[in-house]
Parts: sequence; C-alpha cells; structure tokens
Amino acid sequence: MTQDITIIGAGVVGLCVATELTARGVPVRLVDHQAQPGPHACSWWAGGMLTPFCEGETAEEPVVRLGQEAADWWARAGVEVHRKGSLVVTLGRDRAELDRFARRTERHSLLDRDALAEVEPQLDGRFDRALFFRDEAHIVPRPALTHLRDRLEDNGIEVASEAVHDGLTIDCRGLAAQDVLTDLRGVKGEMVILRAPDVALYRPVRLLHPRHPLYIVPRGDGVFMLGATQIESGERCRATLRSVAELLNAAYALHPAFGEAEILEIGVDARPAFPDNLPRIRRRGDTIYVNGLFRHGFLLAPALARMVAELVLDGKTPEVMDEDQRER
Amino acid sequence: MVAFYGTEVTSRLMLGTAQYPSPAVLEQAFRRSGAGIATVSVRREAGAERAGAAFWDLVAQLGVRVLPNTAGCHSVREAVTTAQMARELFETKWIKLEVIGHADTLQPDPFGLVEAARILTDEGFEVFPYTTEDLVLAERLLEVGCKVLMPWGAPIGTGLGLTNIYGLRTLRAQFPDVPMVVDAGLGLPSQAARAMEMGFDAVLLNTAVARAGDPVGMAEGFARAVEAGRLAYEADPMEPRDMAAPSTPLIGKAFLE
Repeated sequence: MTQDITIIGAGVVGLCVATELTARGVPVRLVDHQAQPGPHACSWWAGGMLTPFCEGETAEEPVVRLGQEAADWWARAGVEVHRKGSLVVTLGRDRAELDRFARRTERHSLLDRDALAEVEPQLDGRFDRALFFRDEAHIVPRPALTHLRDRLEDNGIEVASEAVHDGLTIDCRGLAAQDVLTDLRGVKGEMVILRAPDVALYRPVRLLHPRHPLYIVPRGDGVFMLGATQIESGERCRATLRSVAELLNAAYALHPAFGEAEILEIGVDARPAFPDNLPRIRRRGDTIYVNGLFRHGFLLAPALARMVAELVLDGKTPEVMDEDQRER
Repeated sequence: MVAFYGTEVTSRLMLGTAQYPSPAVLEQAFRRSGAGIATVSVRREAGAERAGAAFWDLVAQLGVRVLPNTAGCHSVREAVTTAQMARELFETKWIKLEVIGHADTLQPDPFGLVEAARILTDEGFEVFPYTTEDLVLAERLLEVGCKVLMPWGAPIGTGLGLTNIYGLRTLRAQFPDVPMVVDAGLGLPSQAARAMEMGFDAVLLNTAVARAGDPVGMAEGFARAVEAGRLAYEADPMEPRDMAAPSTPLIGKAFLE
C-alpha cells in the first residue's frame, strides 16, 4: 500500500474507519467540510447506547451479532465505556409489552421491585418489574467522536476540507451519499438533552410504550439524553412540539424528578438507512461506500470499520457487501 | 369483488404501513398478504419540501392502491388540511378520515367526524370515515355523503378483536348495501375471520401485523383468515342449534352396539 486512502466524511463511521486503518498501519487522509465533530453530523445527536441485545427486539440478527464487537472496540480506542448494562421498564398498564420484549430478546434477567432498587436505587418503588441486560454498555458520543479525531491528529492526520481524487476512496458521508446511493433514505429522529442534578441513573433505561418506545441515557454530571423519535422523513430540522412533548412526558413518567430538569438542547437529524435498515458496504470502481447504519451508528461502526480494513488489506469480502463492481 | 366508490378491489384485506421493523419487511408483508390497499399516514412524515417522499415512494412501489389517512388529527380543521395535503401528494380523492376525540384511547370524535366528512365530501373527496359501531353516527355519516363506513372492532392498537358483536351485527343488518370495513382493534386472524363471517366487506389492520414477531408470516395468516371468513359468509353458514343432529342417518345402520 503506497498511496494514502481517502476517507470522506468524519462522522462516526469515517472516524472509526480511519482509526481502524491507522491502527493497522495504513496511511489515510480524512476529508470533511468541517474540521471538528459537531452538529452537522448525525452521530453528534446519537444516544451512544451499546445495547445489541435490546436492539434485537426490532433489528435483524446481524445487528445483534455485529453490535457485540462495539464495547471492546471503543475501549481499545481509548474511549470510556460504561459497562453497567441497560434496563427496560414499562408503566403499569403496558405490562404485556415487557413480556413481549423479553420473548423477542436474549441475555436478560427479570428484576423484581427489590432487585431493581439495588441496581438503580432511584427507581425504587417506581416499577414492579424490569428487564436487566447485564452485558450491555453505553458511551458518551460527543467526547468519543472528539477523542477519535484528536487521536488521529496526534498521528498526523488532519481533516482536509477538499478531496484529492486519486486512489482508493472510502465514502462515509451518511445521508449525503444519497446522490449516488439511490436506495438510501433518511429516518428523522428528535432528541432532548436535559440537566437534572437531582436524578441519578447509571445506565440507559428504555421505557416501553405501545406507541413510543423511548430511552434515557446518562451522560454524567446530571446530564441526560432523551431519545428518540423515528419518523419516515429525510427532514434534518424542525423538532416538533408533539415529538418533544412525547419525549419529555416519557422522562417525567420514568421519574417525576425530571419535572425540574433544565432543557439544554433539542436536537434533530435524519439517520441514513437502506430499505431493510441494515448497513451496507459497496464497491464501485475505486470507491468503497460504507453506509446505512440507521440508528446503530456507534453500535455498528466498529464492526464495519473492521470489515473495511479486512477488505482493503486482505481482500476479504464483507458479509454486508451487496455490490462489488471494480470496473466502473 | 367489493367496490369502494366505484373502484373494484380483489383483496378484502387492507394493511397499514406504520411500525414495521423496516420498509423491506413492510414490502414482504404486503406481497405475502396480497393486500390490495395500503393506508398511509401523511401527517407526521410531511415536513418541508416533501421530506417523507422516500418512504411514500416505497409505498407507491408496492403496486397497491393507496388510501391516505388523517391519523393523529384531533380537530376538524387539522383533518381537513391533512386530507387536502394527501390529495395532492397521492393524487387520489380517497381519504380515510380519522378525527381523534380522546388522546389516550384514540376513540373517534363523532361530532368532529361528521363535520369533517361533510366538508370533505363537499370538496369532492371520497371519504372512508373511521367510526365506532354506533348506528346513529353511521346514519349521519351516510347523510353527509359517505358511501363507505369503517367501524372499529376495538380501540386502535389494542388487539382486543370485536368487542361489541351486537353493535356490529346491528350496523351490518341496518345498512346491508353500504360497503363496510372493520378497522382497528384486530389482533388475531380469528378475529378478522369473525368479522368477515358476519358479512363485513373487508378488514383493515396494522399493528397486529407490523408488531408481530414475524410480520410476514402474520400477514399471510390474516390473508387466509379473511379469505376463509368471506367464503363462509358467501356459503350461507348453518344456524347453530341446541340439540345434536347426526350428520349420518341412523335408520338402516346395520349394527347398533
């Protein structure tokens, strides 16, 4: 490998691919119109849950399996990984939803009221039952992105704003790649960031509800991320009152102390997804496209970065590759 | 064959398009079910500059007739505006009219429903009103120009089935010539079969298929149940009776032990 590989897009996928290739001794160039991670990238708005088993409720098998690589990868990359598991709860009248969730997922245990109080003391008395996914984890997305970016910079890799089109290119532009990946669509998500110093939760909590499954992820220092809606729309702006009200209601239902929380941010963006909501790697000529991570950016980017590295270095065909046209 | 506003459709199963694990699963569920009509919500996905167009294109590619709905509308004005938007987006006069009266149970607002149905009918829409099994409400809807009724089986998303058999039977008997679709509340194929056995013209469901562990398998289950129920209705089923009636004559049987 004599020529640098160009990676376009410095969101979670581009940064993970760059980190993985660099770790394997491959010289890369990183191109993005913004030098630093920020609100222009959809991963800026992510939840950061590394919860592959929970995702199995609606996602297909590859997400559960590939997602299990994530926690170790992020830890190896030097990011603080909170391996405290995750919880799933329901309000009283939606009890049946919890049984269904348990049937559809694996690697969980059922906590009664007392066991829940031991795991998450502030939820004591609020729920009769909870599902505990002990092997799951979470990270804080923005520092994680910045960390990867800084570490690449330490290795002499700056983010350039203009692409030099020669040699192998890895396109990690997310939804912006719709211009060439015509079956890519946007799925709008809205989220809220709260500061609630009175609330102490140590792990992500999902609140099941037949209409709006929502989650809360602790970010440390009394800050919480509340997410996320899922609307079939490519719109990247305009958080609606209805969506935000639903999110805030869920937080309040989980714990009334959220009633006094300060609203720090309301975020909105669109996730890139293919029709089956599974990620893809495609090769067209000198360009490898990595895209469609949907709501699983931080969960699946490590596995996809590994696959890209194996494709580039060993010629191993990735299991998620659905198109390989070397000649264009 | 059943006709809605003069348009004949072969399948008596209609499916909603929300809540599937992915558009790919949605497409497979439609293929397997043979459903001929898809309901689509336009309200939430609309946004600016046709932001929901990618999803609507996916629905359009299913090759089925689209019945846009006004799901999530809580007022007459909101429902009318949404219907007008749907007409432009999908180039159809059809509109499944929902005016929600109660946020928690999603029960229809009967007063708003009649008013919105009147406005839309006057504007040339062909209205499919989502209603309860209430007889008087049905009469009012027909008076303002609706030519199809969509009585609920149970509240949306509950999967409770036909909770008021008497009311539904009365409704069917009272308006034998009005095409009627049992909409909402169905959770199992047996409940859909029951509705069809009672002489309803079609059923519409969403959650029962979309949220099943295997939506594609459940879609086929419903398709077969709807077909079975319709065949039974057309075959004029026997009346239930209290006494046993042997299906083989006893007289002339050689040995009776």
